[in-house]
Amino acid sequence: MGGYTYVAPATVADALTILSEHKNNGTRAQVLAGGTDLLVQMRSGDNAGRAIVDIKNIKESNNLVFGETETFIGAAISSAVLNESEKLKELFPGLLEAADLIGSTQIQGRATIAGNLCNASPAGDTIPALIANSGVCVISGPSGERQMAVEEFVTGVGTNALSSEEFVLGLRLPNPALRTSDAYLRFIPRTEMDIAVAGAGVSLSLSEDGTCIAARVAIGAVAPTALLVEDAAEAIVGSKLDEGALSKASEACSGAASPISDKRGTAEYRRKVVGVLCKRAAVIARDRALS
Amino acid sequence: MSNKVQIQSSVNGEIVDFLCDPQETLLDVLRNRLSLTGTKEGCATGDCGACSVLLDGRLTCSCLVLGVEAVDKEITTIEGISEKDGLHPIQRKFLERAALQCGICTPGLIVATKALLEKHKDPDEETIRYWLAGNLCRCTGYDKIVRAVQDAAKELSYEA
Repeated sequence: MGGYTYVAPATVADALTILSEHKNNGTRAQVLAGGTDLLVQMRSGDNAGRAIVDIKNIKESNNLVFGETETFIGAAISSAVLNESEKLKELFPGLLEAADLIGSTQIQGRATIAGNLCNASPAGDTIPALIANSGVCVISGPSGERQMAVEEFVTGVGTNALSSEEFVLGLRLPNPALRTSDAYLRFIPRTEMDIAVAGAGVSLSLSEDGTCIAARVAIGAVAPTALLVEDAAEAIVGSKLDEGALSKASEACSGAASPISDKRGTAEYRRKVVGVLCKRAAVIARDRALS
Repeated sequence: MSNKVQIQSSVNGEIVDFLCDPQETLLDVLRNRLSLTGTKEGCATGDCGACSVLLDGRLTCSCLVLGVEAVDKEITTIEGISEKDGLHPIQRKFLERAALQCGICTPGLIVATKALLEKHKDPDEETIRYWLAGNLCRCTGYDKIVRAVQDAAKELSYEA
């Protein structure tokens, strides 16, 4: 290995300057947050030199802001720190569960939700949970900040919508309305420390009588990217999540999936399981919304 | 051409200065530059926990941290766990319960246990097993480790 440099800019402006310089010079720069994917990649295969731009010293990347209408989660905050926030867990229990499913205690001490998103693995657990919660990426770039819905951000396996001059500063999530909650479930063949065979995130809002008045359903690990499944949401909106509505939602998820077969599961199996997870996550989200 | 970086950090309560390459892991810095070989390399990809250290008090795999990230950080390794007058109670309980055989995973497990017992004074078995799920041991079958951690928790809560 050779030709590595490391910089830890203290401001967004400095980070952007560094990224632009590398773009203009035709040299490679890569943003570092928790490093739990990046350092593994540097060690296995992709070990070519580059500038590592650490965003952990940027104040905004470390901000956790509870606004009146939305919550901002800085890109550099580790899962462990996020899971210590009772307020955040109360607002988005499903998202926090998804973050808590990724890796060991050690990994959670470093790994970030924004990193999970940027790494763009089809099986990234936080991605369906973010989509279900209408998450928006706050992207810093040379012409200022731009926002992008999470479901549009991941463009393929391991690729995202960032240009080489941009980085994700954090994520914005609209605060849940009255009687609104979320849940995320994944299936793995063991109890802990594995990669999702299939995953489903659901956020839903209920009226006073328990009728679902809004929903978002997203699935993961069953297509090149996590998917927002609007048909599944439509199937449960207007219902009280009776078996008929849940089955329709489940079928919509299975239908939207285009999984591969690999050592963790066949395509057929994944298609079936993702529907089951959608049903179960919807029921958990409903129970939370009512409690 | 060397593009080594000079870093100042605190390791086990002592200020240390070292030079390292930008892509060098904290694990390699600890072992090869600071001669703190108690921290072990297992997988080097964050799966096995043998290289566990505390970084500003938080449990992490030192193989997934760059040495250059250690600037102004407080790092605790297995060498910093033992007490002046001998072994830390966690270390003693691992010995008493025979919670190790080959010993490669042991430093990481003891560091991870320290972090666990600082956060959860009286963890139940499920909490212990989940917390230590990132520390792989191919010898013991884990049961003796869980008993050692339970014993250590008891002793530490008596001391407090």
